[in-house]
Amino acid sequence: MSHRRDGILDEKNLRAVRPSDERLKQGPVVMVECVERIPCNPCVAACSKGAISIEGDLNDSPAVDHALCDGCGICISACPGLAIFVVDMSREGEDATVMLPYEFRPLPDKGETVTTLDRAGEVIGEAKVLRVLDAKALDRTPIVSLEVPKSQAMDVRHFVRRETP
Amino acid sequence: MRIDRHPILTFERGREIEFEFDGRRLRGCEGETIAAALHAAGVRVLRESIRLGRPRGFFCAIGRCSSCLMTVNGVPNVMTCITPLEEGMRVETQRTKGTVPDGGHPGGDAPADADGVPIVAWGEAPGESLGDVPLAVVGGGPAGLSAAIAAGRLGVRSVVIDENQTAGGQLIKQTHMFFGSREHHARVRGVDIGPKLLSELEELPVELMLGTTALGLYNDLTLSLLVEGRHRRLSPETIIVATGASENMLAFENSDLPGVYGAGAVQTLMNVHGVVPGDRVLMVGAGNIGLIVSYQLLQAGVEVAAVIEGMPEVGGYHVHAAKIRRAGVPILTSHTIVRAEGETTVTGAKVVEVDESWRPVDGTERRLDVDTICLAVGLTPNVELAFQAGTREAHVRELGGRVAVHGPDLETSIPGLYIAGDASGIEEASTAMLEGRLAGLAAAKRLGAGDPAKIDALVSEAAAGLAALRAGPFGRQPRYGKERMFALKNREGTDESQA
Repeated sequence: MSHRRDGILDEKNLRAVRPSDERLKQGPVVMVECVERIPCNPCVAACSKGAISIEGDLNDSPAVDHALCDGCGICISACPGLAIFVVDMSREGEDATVMLPYEFRPLPDKGETVTTLDRAGEVIGEAKVLRVLDAKALDRTPIVSLEVPKSQAMDVRHFVRRETP
Repeated sequence: MRIDRHPILTFERGREIEFEFDGRRLRGCEGETIAAALHAAGVRVLRESIRLGRPRGFFCAIGRCSSCLMTVNGVPNVMTCITPLEEGMRVETQRTKGTVPDGGHPGGDAPADADGVPIVAWGEAPGESLGDVPLAVVGGGPAGLSAAIAAGRLGVRSVVIDENQTAGGQLIKQTHMFFGSREHHARVRGVDIGPKLLSELEELPVELMLGTTALGLYNDLTLSLLVEGRHRRLSPETIIVATGASENMLAFENSDLPGVYGAGAVQTLMNVHGVVPGDRVLMVGAGNIGLIVSYQLLQAGVEVAAVIEGMPEVGGYHVHAAKIRRAGVPILTSHTIVRAEGETTVTGAKVVEVDESWRPVDGTERRLDVDTICLAVGLTPNVELAFQAGTREAHVRELGGRVAVHGPDLETSIPGLYIAGDASGIEEASTAMLEGRLAGLAAAKRLGAGDPAKIDALVSEAAAGLAALRAGPFGRQPRYGKERMFALKNREGTDESQA
């Protein structure tokens, strides 16, 4: 089913924004899940490495040079569509890291275990919160890093806290 | 219920005060609207319909729909959605049309007839004159403020009139970051753009008249205003009508029940006043507004049972849909609402799948357990003021209905009368700001302010910005609508009903 019908990116669209397996093995890298022609470009200015570009028209989808991206994640909070994620598949062992934007309160604590959700909002499993960035420069779009099994890193895109204090 | 913590907003509430509602003592916060205070106290029924006595709550929350009229301190027909709460106010459910109390007519000291209605010559604005001004802008939203700034930078003295207590229009409830590029305030949250525009105004010869309603516009460009309960006249040389839009209603059984709100009303309640509309919401409409407000509901801690959309596809940006989808909100395309359930307020909703001809599919009807139904089914331009002055009108579907015919410089068929923002065709705040700027520049040029060559350069820049925003697939509709509109403007003297 097309993402225009249900809001979920299909395989074809995901393939287009997914870094190569080779690049994924090298270290953290961005995944810009922005596939439509919409008038928007803050991600371009946010990247100090010049990894994101929009050629010509403001409406063109961002083109990402994954070779230039170092996975810093600054662009995550710059995206008005909250469509940017960073995955790190290069870690030793079974786990990967997923960095995602999280505009809900209360924020999770470092070390907390949360329930992970995929693009359809279905529960995938659980993850440990590795880091919560909420600097002023992020303008109220904190970045949360989750430790998830490598097999789920391409699917975990949101989470819920287990209990809301 | 009030929102305690919010990821984006902090609510600076006034001190807690007491007021009276139908003889009960209730507490609210000073300065919030009467309707918001009542909602926070659990009161959703504000009046009864005059003929059938059906319960009514507010629908638009921006002083447009008249669904919230109540009797306040003995005065009937008070728009409680925009009237600030005061200590000791006596608020009563209104069941009749109401009668105007002695001396309560805004004509005030004008000569009056036996019923107290002021006697005014036909075609003449009543009340004392506030004098002349080069430019009057009606509406202090993104378009109006941008217009006053653009003209003010060229030295044009102006007055911005807005019936709300706060300027900024609908920007004050937009918690998300704007799209576009830097020149369109991209990456800045809407709530932060209003204050930016207002601080720019401070340096300029612009006077803000808040809490002031523009009641009428005469064809000599005299504005009739309601200032502190009294009629006043203002005679500007040029006028920019930037009155925004009203939320569309949708016809379904019980659609008048309290608990059926416009998406803008829900935003006002939760993002301006910090009061949640309910516990569980059905969103009707998956355009950008429906998707964005659904996300804002989640941020306010409210459950969204589903977003339904009659069309087979989501109307808004995928990125907005993705945000709520991954948070577990179902998006049901090809679905419509059949009826709202409930006696005095919403207790549920029946939805059904529809085929390509919008016919219900047998056996697909189901009930959703919700206490709030939020309608995000489009907007209609607020054009009454421009029409009163006698501008040519045209119905352009792509712009949201009937609008005043205007050219690329936003001038209507009446020289010196401009229209900008949603009032000139439904788009969004980013385009409204650029249209406002273009109208402000055109008015300045007409008034002979500034260097014409410099103005032309600024016009080209703003026009290029507008073109960029409208260039993509989501801009196709307004782009086409505006093209049709400009073609109509060129055909001066032809009958627009043939268009």
